[in-house]
Amino acid sequence: MTPDEMAALLERITAHNPRLHPLFSLEFGDAVVGVERAELFATAADLRDAGFDRLGMVTAVDRDEVFVLVYRLHSRSLSAAIFLKTLVPRDDAWVASLVELWPAALWQEREVFDLFGIHFEGHPDLRRILLPDDFVGHPLRKDYDDPRLIRRPDYI
Amino acid sequence: MALVDRISGALDSGPGGVILTSVDALINWARGQSLWAFPMGTACCAMELIAASFSKFDFDRMGTFPRPDPRHTDVMILAGTITEKMRPAVRRLYEQMPDPKWVVAMGNCTVSGGIFYYDTYSVVRGADEFLPVDVYVAGCPPRPESLQDAIIQLRRLVAEESIAPGRRHEQTTTLPRPKAGGDR
Amino acid sequence: MAVSVESRNLVSAPDGGSREELVVNVGPSHPSTHGVGRVIVHLDGDIVVKAEPVIGYLHRGIEKMAENRTYLQVVPLTDRLDYVGSMYANWAYCRAVERLAGIAVPERAEYLRVIVCELQRIASHMMGIGASAADTGAFTFFIYAFDQRERIIELFERLCGARLTYNYVRPGGVSFDAPQGWTQDVLAFTKAFRAAAADLDRLFFGNVIARGRMKGIGVLSADDAVAWGASGPTARASGVNWDLRKHDPYSVYPRMDFDVVVGERGDAYDRGRCRLLECVESCRIIDQAISQMHPGPVRTEGLPRLLQPRPGEAYDHIESARGSLGVYLVSDGSVRPYRMHVRSPAFCNLALLPLLAEGHTLSDLVVVLGSLDPVFGEVDR
Ligand code: SF4
Repeated sequence: MTPDEMAALLERITAHNPRLHPLFSLEFGDAVVGVERAELFATAADLRDAGFDRLGMVTAVDRDEVFVLVYRLHSRSLSAAIFLKTLVPRDDAWVASLVELWPAALWQEREVFDLFGIHFEGHPDLRRILLPDDFVGHPLRKDYDDPRLIRRPDYI
Repeated sequence: MALVDRISGALDSGPGGVILTSVDALINWARGQSLWAFPMGTACCAMELIAASFSKFDFDRMGTFPRPDPRHTDVMILAGTITEKMRPAVRRLYEQMPDPKWVVAMGNCTVSGGIFYYDTYSVVRGADEFLPVDVYVAGCPPRPESLQDAIIQLRRLVAEESIAPGRRHEQTTTLPRPKAGGDR
Repeated sequence: MAVSVESRNLVSAPDGGSREELVVNVGPSHPSTHGVGRVIVHLDGDIVVKAEPVIGYLHRGIEKMAENRTYLQVVPLTDRLDYVGSMYANWAYCRAVERLAGIAVPERAEYLRVIVCELQRIASHMMGIGASAADTGAFTFFIYAFDQRERIIELFERLCGARLTYNYVRPGGVSFDAPQGWTQDVLAFTKAFRAAAADLDRLFFGNVIARGRMKGIGVLSADDAVAWGASGPTARASGVNWDLRKHDPYSVYPRMDFDVVVGERGDAYDRGRCRLLECVESCRIIDQAISQMHPGPVRTEGLPRLLQPRPGEAYDHIESARGSLGVYLVSDGSVRPYRMHVRSPAFCNLALLPLLAEGHTLSDLVVVLGSLDPVFGEVDR
């Protein structure tokens, strides 16, 4: 997809969806739209009905006060992909689960819960998936500390 | 009671030195030639373990035959990263192996943690934290030939075993060194 | 440990009576889980009522480690993700870095990347179908398939010195140019492989036992495949015509003429056979790439050792042997990635196991698991 097509698509999606706002530029070649946390589920449902039938990726990025949740949606019919982002405050980390829309979220949300400690409201089976059940903490948070973790000395 | 145990019982009561040594040599030779392996393949090194036992490198010619059941095997080949979550399972499998048993740590991960030594919260840094490792094979992953060499090294350890309780045929190994004054 | 009975429970049956439910643990060290997978299976008689995969036995924290490595130092870590096909993760990561830092790649390097990745696809599929065939008892086939893999590994060894963890694709190109005579040997291999593939097809997929064991087992519908995020041969066997090489073309794939292999029924048999037929298409791609390739540089000149992309984020994906493998990179302008996430196709495909295994017997569970071709390094990361 060329940047122009991408921009047009972004325009089209955001035009009839007042909840969405284009968040980031296209400089790295991906269309990114942001949405308020409370409206994530409704927006995702709209996008799914608009043809985004695949949920490719769910992940999060730790940005100190907030977590940025990143969803990558993909449409075969439009042959396009967009990133959907929402911000989750660190001390109140929850977000609606998208399992009802795409079962693909089942394991990926469990993974984000496991490694970041973000709760997915409405997830049918929110348990740790990669780490043992008795593991304490969420290792992909930037402030995670663990005596077992030996920091690599700075060679560079 | 196994035959081996009966022999050692009989020999213990008599002045068995010479006979015992010969019996030991025979048993250890037999054992060393058919070290059945339990392939504890957890990660990348398992691929090289499979390669070692397949047609091109052919582990069978050394009498080493991978069996997926610990109860049939003499030597556990630890191939791959061991995580904290996996550690109890590995330990339990080791305990299921019948004596005498040996452990080969294949790959840097099981030697020391290797590439996963720093910055990770879930990897056991070296299998010797919880298992008695006999032979270490370095490499990431080691070539199949190195693994086969490990089995040859292991035969030397096997030769030290004795059926008499508490007795070992210790061997001193001298590494080839350059002769003094020779060409360096 | 391999297979053990965990509990026997009486559960009430719909007809008012009660039946015994057996909970059986398979793994984490079991030859047919292809690594350290573990499945907790609830059985009614011999029928799987519920299969619950337990993963994470190989979770090594690579995403966390990447946050404390420079961009170049992450490349060897990506080798260890999908260890059956290391080239893919190398390439996906390098594409993300190149996108982030705006690095152009010389044409010859792109061709070499395509050649090694298609060779890797054959190697990986040989392992995948070989191991799943061994689960059904066809061990001979595994040895034949592994022989082909071994030939490819030899070619890789000549190219970059490593048999398994190649570290070959680097940001800005590849580490070495092809040695003299290498391309001829690759051509000789693809020629020989075409004949071998026909034999392998007859040996296993034409075999009446294999058909009996795999046909109609673990049927995945096209809608489910899309909704569950399945990709690669797992999705294509169900009739989902989706291949990133064709539908979101990257690198020099638009110049290649090849077909996407699509199955019909979406059962274990189709998934296996799709993989084998895909290998033949890979041979076509390799032949074309070699004929189109011209001498030239294989690395971008003047790249600094310490890449320092501007703040931002990039996602890029390639079609790996297991499906669309994506790498999501966030940069904060320093010399290290701020966050790296790997969108792992094996992880998403394995999530289908409970859906597919239900209603089959325990012995079919291993067939279903094998047909999903999980590699636990990538599932657990
Ligand atoms: S030593 Fe290297 S190749 Fe072997 S398991 Fe560890 S990382 Fe993988």
